[in-house]
Amino acid sequence: MAALDWTRRTFLRLSSLTGGWIAAGGLFAPPVSGEPAPPPADAETVAVTLRVNGTARPLTLDPRTSLLDALREHLGLTGTKKGCDMGACGACTVHLDGRRVVSCLTLAAMADGRAITTIEGLAQGGRLHPMQAAFVAHDGMQCGYCTPGQIMSAVALVREGRATSEAAIREFMSGNICRCGAYPNIVDAITSVAPLSGSSEAR
Amino acid sequence: MHPFAYRRAQDADAASALAGAAGSDVIAGGTDLLQLMKDDVRRPNRLIDITGLPWTRIESGPAGLRLGALARMSDVADASAVRDNYPVISEALLASASPQVRNMATIGGNLMQRTRCVYFRDVATACNKRAPGSGCSALDGENRLHAVLGGSADCVATHASDLAVALVALDAMVLLRGASGERRVPLDAFHLLPGDTPERETVLQPGELIVAVEVPAAPHARRSHYLKIRDRASFEFALASAAVALEVEGGVIRQSRIALGGVATKPWRARAAEALLAGRPPVPATFVAAADEALAGARPLQQNGFKIELAKRTVVRALHTAAQGA
Ligand SMILES: Cc1cc2nc3c(=O)[nH]c(=O)nc-3n(C[C@H](O)[C@H](O)[C@H](O)COP(=O)(O)OP(=O)(O)OC[C@H]3O[C@@H](n4cnc5c(N)ncnc54)[C@H](O)[C@@H]3O)c2cc1C
Ligand code: FES
Ligand code: FES
Repeated sequence: MAALDWTRRTFLRLSSLTGGWIAAGGLFAPPVSGEPAPPPADAETVAVTLRVNGTARPLTLDPRTSLLDALREHLGLTGTKKGCDMGACGACTVHLDGRRVVSCLTLAAMADGRAITTIEGLAQGGRLHPMQAAFVAHDGMQCGYCTPGQIMSAVALVREGRATSEAAIREFMSGNICRCGAYPNIVDAITSVAPLSGSSEAR
Repeated sequence: MHPFAYRRAQDADAASALAGAAGSDVIAGGTDLLQLMKDDVRRPNRLIDITGLPWTRIESGPAGLRLGALARMSDVADASAVRDNYPVISEALLASASPQVRNMATIGGNLMQRTRCVYFRDVATACNKRAPGSGCSALDGENRLHAVLGGSADCVATHASDLAVALVALDAMVLLRGASGERRVPLDAFHLLPGDTPERETVLQPGELIVAVEVPAAPHARRSHYLKIRDRASFEFALASAAVALEVEGGVIRQSRIALGGVATKPWRARAAEALLAGRPPVPATFVAAADEALAGARPLQQNGFKIELAKRTVVRALHTAAQGA
């Protein structure tokens, strides 16, 4: 036991020097819930209403529950992905009151009553959102794990008016990591939806 | 994650009272605190959500700029008053984190963020900042990312905020509010050197909260610039950064400001380097002399000696860029 513990700790420590979440199996780890399951008997719960994709969803949660885990584990909306669970990869990107955020660093309790849009909410009346269609048309993915986050970020980027140049798109998509390296096609997909609106530099 | 009770503060007095209780932590954007809680570095019993307080405004006038502590990084970066009159602030923010994190993170939380030192964030290791007296693992460990300025025998962790470097260059003041009222502290005096108490990072007292940051208007603020050098092009903390501001008149530098990030244990103002620029022409030789002065007291660890030359070149290039903006 002691030897095992030591090995695991040493591994985690070394890996954290070089971006531990990937080495630790982050992206392709089995879908374990990040939140400890049974809260201690005296722990409180919080009542929240998550307004997800236009539908009010009342929930009673352990206060520790992230918005990401609430969506995936409590509401069964597994389109939003968990990569690092630390804000560093963007796989969990959703829109909160119309702005892109990482749901892994958002407490569900703090999203109470606010408008949440997930990848499941983009398509309208059975038709893909133009950005979804563009990712398909431009092959903006390989394994697809990062794709929901990329698309949620891309939709927000266009809305923010940041699609001014290829360099700007790359800079303002930098919160979304793609381990497969589909970046060129992702940029193409975004460009096709939002023709470059100017020649201004990224930074 | 350690279990906690969640409370929303209804007003500033309630927030101070709740925040002052032992075992309580204040949460704003949550982007740093939740990372620390997931890693068991912070284990609050009670979490006080202050995002309902009315401290979100960004105001600009002839006297200067006032940023509410709960203003989001992205909103401050995009505010035209900030972009036009205090470009170094906007640039430092846009070079920080990711668009998603900037939409969440607040100005107050940014100034209070903890170091990225891997030992601080790994409870299985010794760290005087996290567990006073346990030792500093970085002194003989992986210290490529650590400080060359302001370190002590007990701690060499860098301060990670880009924003704070820009603000300290522009002589920002921090407005604090606690049980005994409000007070103003220069940002330069807000963060503390580690010395032999690295666990004390700021002058903030228990129950005290940051209400706002105030930046005085100044001619040099308009010609200011932030340059950040990192291991990758974006979405990374600084290896070295420089916030600079210049007022040039009649071919000579009248006023200048220089602050360094990524290389020091607190947002690092280089006053001696500024003094050296005064009255000199804005030419490369002048900038090199200032950069040498700014790093004169630097002390490398085993793996981070490269930061000294890197920081010097960062200062020179930042000053050059600011001068070009004439
Ligand atoms: C993936 C990632 C990358 C990042 N990259 C960068 C980067 O490149 N550059 C950079 O500068 N930063 C970076 N950061 C750090 C980020 O800027 C901070 O996490 C953020 O600014 C903290 O603000 P917050 O509102 O989320 O704070 P919280 O996480 O809510 O709080 C942080 C701390 O501040 C305290 N606090 C919050 N508000 C107040 C207040 N008003 N008064 C007193 N105390 C308060 C809290 O109690 C807590 O201790 C990064 C963060 C992440 C997650
Ligand atoms: S899961 Fe990686 S940013 Fe949220
Ligand atoms: S991670 Fe595989 S497509 Fe991006």
